[in-house]
This record gives sequence, structure tokens and C-alpha cells, in this order.
Amino acid sequence: MASPVRALLRLPATARPGEVVEVRLLMQHPMETGFRPDATGRTVPRNILRRIEARFEGELVFAADLFPAITANPYIAFPLRATKSGTLTVNIEGDHGVAQRETAVITVA
Amino acid sequence: MTPSLAALATSLLALSLLAGPESGDEGAMGAAPRRSGFDDMSPSTQALQRDDTQNPAMLWVQDGEQRFNADCKRCHDAENPAQSLRRAAARHPAWDVQSGKPLTLAGRINQCRVRHLKAHPLPPESDGLLALEAFVALQSRGQPIAPDTHPALRPFAAQGERLYKQRFGQLDFSCAQCHDDNAGRRLAGALIPQAHPTGYPIYRLEWQGLGSLQRRLRNCMSGVRAEPYAYGSEEFTVIELYLKQRAAGMTVESPAVRP
Repeated sequence: MASPVRALLRLPATARPGEVVEVRLLMQHPMETGFRPDATGRTVPRNILRRIEARFEGELVFAADLFPAITANPYIAFPLRATKSGTLTVNIEGDHGVAQRETAVITVA
Repeated sequence: MTPSLAALATSLLALSLLAGPESGDEGAMGAAPRRSGFDDMSPSTQALQRDDTQNPAMLWVQDGEQRFNADCKRCHDAENPAQSLRRAAARHPAWDVQSGKPLTLAGRINQCRVRHLKAHPLPPESDGLLALEAFVALQSRGQPIAPDTHPALRPFAAQGERLYKQRFGQLDFSCAQCHDDNAGRRLAGALIPQAHPTGYPIYRLEWQGLGSLQRRLRNCMSGVRAEPYAYGSEEFTVIELYLKQRAAGMTVESPAVRP
């Protein structure tokens, strides 16, 4: 069982219709490349987050594939045009069975 | 030691011997205004620290808040930790009457766990301890560093100052030779900071994680090829105490980001 990834998903609580807001996602993860030797010389197995998918009310609004060269504790930000109130769901997938969901709510008025 | 390092060491040593009190060295303490490491960071790293939604240390703060709510709330002001722990990070290391010794913030957290929660102390530099320390330190952010003024601390602070000025390691350097005499100059590509502990625990990009002041001090000690003191040792406590008094009045930035 994979341990949960600590994540901070930030989205403004409110926005005007049509306003472009910034979604920010910060995740606590070692992003181990799979190329590094440890202190005893053995290669540390790869352990990375592989895919981030953001859906707003079910519609895919952003997706990213992550690779071994990405820093530990990755930070991802993307713009989102707010047209209606709803829930943003971010799915985080990674090695060792990481599959996690973060949600944030925005009110458009 | 590699030849280039030896050369570096020799030139640095020469540098520090040359810099007498009358040399008017811009890096000399007292003459130059005190600078936080923040002031000398790149704008992008500064932006990372300024914005809580970007500062990776906030991941630990969130963990610390959950731990605090689970364990500490029943004694500390449950509604308002910001009020009850507002001065903790700005004040520690502080005098502990019961043990008759100065205590660092991490030491105080562990002492509190053992005494009042009847729990095991958290291992030094563990994520749990750093998380609690980061959450507590965040409550002091923006306040001036105001070290404990208990008179019993005086000999300990003096001992800390002695250690700060004590040469050690194969390179035979003291902390003061770099951070007082040559602060603001460069050690190879890296700027030598004045070594004010304003933002601990820090998220250091080089570590890709959160770390304590003692971890940073251990870095410097292995840098001069000295055997680092152990985590939680009395040596580190008195050095922390001296550094905190030296930085009195500067603003707490915890949890800071450093390159």
C-alpha cells in the first residue's frame, strides 16, 4: 500500500465569470530518479509521480506527465478559466501504486 | 584534499589573516548592517519563500499542524496556537529551570512530549519533529528575534561564542573567519552569508527537503573537514544560543527557503 502523498492544492475561493485563475499544486514526494546509487552502491529503485490530471466538473482541463528529471516536491501551476461554480478534482498517479485525489471548490459569481 | 581545495583553503586563510580590524573590510561585523540570507538570494528563490502556496516548507507545516492538533492542543491554547506559541521560535534556545540548561526549540518540543504527553521523543531531524518545529516557528514569523534574557544563560552564550570563534577541522577554520570576517565575499561561486539563523527550519533547495539549523551547522563542519557535533549535543545548543543572540532584533522568517 502506497503511503499518501501530502499535497497542497490551491484555487481561489471565488472568481468572476470568465476570469482566468491560477491553480497551484505542491506535492511532497522524493521523485527518486532510479539512476542514483545509495550509500552502499546499490541503485535506488525509481519512485516518481507519473501523471497529474485535473478535471473540472468531469471535464479534463489539465494533464501532465512527469519524468525522472523533475525535482523532489514538485510544484505545478496552470491557468483555468472560471465559467461556472464547481469542483476541481486532481488525480495524482505514481510508482508503487500511488493513486490519489485532491479536490478544491470554486464559486463563480 | 584536492589541490584546488587546498589552494582555496590557503588563500582563504591568507585573506582572513590580512583582514585586520583597521582594514575597513565591508564584510566585517559591526560595521556592515546585518543581512538575512534572504536578501542575497535570487529573486526566484525569494518569490518561493514569499508565497505560501509555493513554499515547499508549507507541506511540513501542514503535517505539523495536524500533529499539533492531535497531541498539543489539549494544553496549548486550542483555539489559537498563534497566540499561545507566538514567541516560542523568536525566543529559543531558552533557559529551562528544571534541567538547568538551555533548550532549543526542538529540544523543548521533545521535552514537552516526554514530560506532558508521556510519549517518546521524536528522533532529531525526523520529518515529525521538523514538521512540529516548522508549525511552531511559523507562529513567530514576522516578529523580531527576542532571545531569552535569563541571566543563567550568559555562560552558555559565552561558550557558544567561544566555539563560534574556535578553529577546527583539517582546514582549521572557525565559523567567525568566514561568517564575520569574510561575509559578503565568495567561497568559490557561493556567497558567504552572515549566518543569522532567521528562518529555521529551512527548506533548502540543495537538500530538497526541510532541515534544522543543526543540520546546516553540520554541513559547515564537514565543509571544513571537522567531525560534526551530534544532533542535540550541548555544543550545538550553545552555538544556537550565541547565534540567536547575535541575530537579536532581526525578523523571524520561518519557514524560510534557501538555495
